Amino acid sequence: MATTPLSLEQLPQRQRATVAGIAWDRLTAPEGRRLRELGFDEGVGIEVLHRARIGGGPIACRIGRMTVALRRRVAGAIHVDPLTS
Amino acid sequence: MNPAPLVALVGNPNAGKSALFNALTGARQKVGNYPGVTVERHAGRMALPDGRPVELLDLPGTYSLEPSSPDERVTRDVVTGTQAGERLPDAIVVVVDASNLDNHLRFTLQLIALGLPVVVALNMIDLAERDGLKLDPEALARELGVPVIPTVAVRKRGIDELKEALADLATPGATALRPSDPVLHADIATLQRRARQIAMAATISETPVRRWTHMLDSVALHPVFGVLLLFVVLFVMFQAVFFAGAAPADAIASGFDWLAGLVKQVMPESILRSLITDGAIAGVGAVIKFLPQILIMFFFILVLEASGYMVRAAFLMDRIMASVGLSGRAFIPLLSSFACAVPGIMSTRTIEDEKDRLTTILIAPLMTCSARLPVYTLVIGAMIPNVRVLPFVGLQGLVMLGLYIMGVAGAFVVALVLRRTVTKGASSGFMMEMPKYQLPSVRDLAIGLWSRAEIFLKRAGTTIAFTTIVLWAMLSFPQVPKGSPVSQVNYSVAGRIANAIEPAFRPIGFNRDIVLALIPAMAAREVSVAALGTVYAIDSSSDDESKMAQTLQKRWSLATALAFLMWFVFAPQCISTIAVTRRETNGWKWPAFMVSYLFGLAYVAAGLTYWLATLAGL
Repeated sequence: MATTPLSLEQLPQRQRATVAGIAWDRLTAPEGRRLRELGFDEGVGIEVLHRARIGGGPIACRIGRMTVALRRRVAGAIHVDPLTS
Repeated sequence: MNPAPLVALVGNPNAGKSALFNALTGARQKVGNYPGVTVERHAGRMALPDGRPVELLDLPGTYSLEPSSPDERVTRDVVTGTQAGERLPDAIVVVVDASNLDNHLRFTLQLIALGLPVVVALNMIDLAERDGLKLDPEALARELGVPVIPTVAVRKRGIDELKEALADLATPGATALRPSDPVLHADIATLQRRARQIAMAATISETPVRRWTHMLDSVALHPVFGVLLLFVVLFVMFQAVFFAGAAPADAIASGFDWLAGLVKQVMPESILRSLITDGAIAGVGAVIKFLPQILIMFFFILVLEASGYMVRAAFLMDRIMASVGLSGRAFIPLLSSFACAVPGIMSTRTIEDEKDRLTTILIAPLMTCSARLPVYTLVIGAMIPNVRVLPFVGLQGLVMLGLYIMGVAGAFVVALVLRRTVTKGASSGFMMEMPKYQLPSVRDLAIGLWSRAEIFLKRAGTTIAFTTIVLWAMLSFPQVPKGSPVSQVNYSVAGRIANAIEPAFRPIGFNRDIVLALIPAMAAREVSVAALGTVYAIDSSSDDESKMAQTLQKRWSLATALAFLMWFVFAPQCISTIAVTRRETNGWKWPAFMVSYLFGLAYVAAGLTYWLATLAGL
């Protein structure tokens, strides 16, 4: 287990990880619901694929078998455990 | 006689539902609207193997039975039998993406829980195999307890098998199975875990392969090359719209001229003949001639959407859109608005957040649509000297570009202001599934284009025909008495209105002729070109554009011309846009707001331009 919780926003590109937990209280109700609908859940495999720009644009990540784009604020509420390979 | 059984196609977005619908029904489909909401109803007919007819319904894609947009609400209401104007389906075909089972099975479980007979179409099985995924449809059927048919909708594979499975299920009276309390609010996380178990049980093997989509994305989403690629795509699209669309547009225009000429030959001169030729034919023709350009624009938009690129464009644009309080999703409607604001405003339906959507609708008319081009071309050609300011850069082209930029800049400023005042609220954010890249099928493109053309022509034949006739009447009545020195235009209702309101436009440099031309141009902007022709008693429909230009040079100052151009950047002179805004916002409140703020902006912008130009001695 990682000692300091790492968020999806900080996860290095192409580093495989699993979702450790989601800070639902930092998200609005529709955001939380849409995240669940897109399959964000504890234990699911996740990976950052692309970051739009240095200027704080959205990120694209793989969640399960799906690719999802989300904004950094939401990514910051998703805690991840990097897989050591 | 019982009506044909009703079968609904339901599934997540990007499951290939519409392609399956097209494969099942072919061209026998009808696009309508649900009462009271602006969601399109796609219905079609197909025959079962035993010859029985079935009515097929393509419901909007959604992730769950908890709706977050009007489209998704319709899907929930139809499958629960609570949608007005729709009966409860006799069976459901759940369309799932074979390479995305984890996620799509959760919604499938929710739908099975409703108690209606269900068949699962395991779609895009070829793409799953391409990605190294081997599935066992029988194991999936066992776990779910419903028939599972592997399909490849775009290649028409598995369609007959699906029809056979439906023949076993689709019998009227199956509605009795509906449980009194559907499991709509089952914990989504529990369903999700169950879905993952089932997906695992149905997966035989999974070999990681280098996926196409990831390779393409490393270019398409690249911070530098991705943006470059987007600009190339947009450049090619606009070139095609303006250059390839021009010739067929001219052909349609001359077709309508020929028709009007024919009517003039066979009918004696009368008020009725004038109504047909100057009112109906001229008015409808002025709109229909934009059909080629709109179809080319739609062709690009359909290809970009079906291939999966559109979401990537939204991804790249999200940062910029966020800076004015919108999301990347607004990029798609705004892009369509460069062809025509009407389809642009219609495509805002995919925006979930009501305030985001409203803001996008309100700024869509600021994108320079193709109807402004004839006006810009005439005035710039007549009034702006054709000189080079830099090698390869002409002053006329520069002014044209400036007008486009003014529109976009205006839209961004307006969005920023609206999001802090009228449409205030938290930004809805940007969260989107990015589908796999796919080659669009020609058949799906053709069906998509045909249904767009049909909607457009229907509107041109009703709303627009009606308004042009009203405007014609305003210019034709009351009729000038014989022998009077006053011209018909001056004597008409429109002429009198122009005389009355002209003082209000004098401060921004508009003379009475311009004001008079603006009145019929309420129907559509490009009508002002023809109207100026009438006012200056020049037949602009023949090749007298140069004569028209000479008249403008004599009667207008450069300051007036610039003010006139600036007016058209902002002025909401398009009945169709106002009508579609009314339909999409369900009332007159927002179209009224849109019209007033745009006229306000047009007045101020034209006024400022006039005064600055006058001060500069132009």
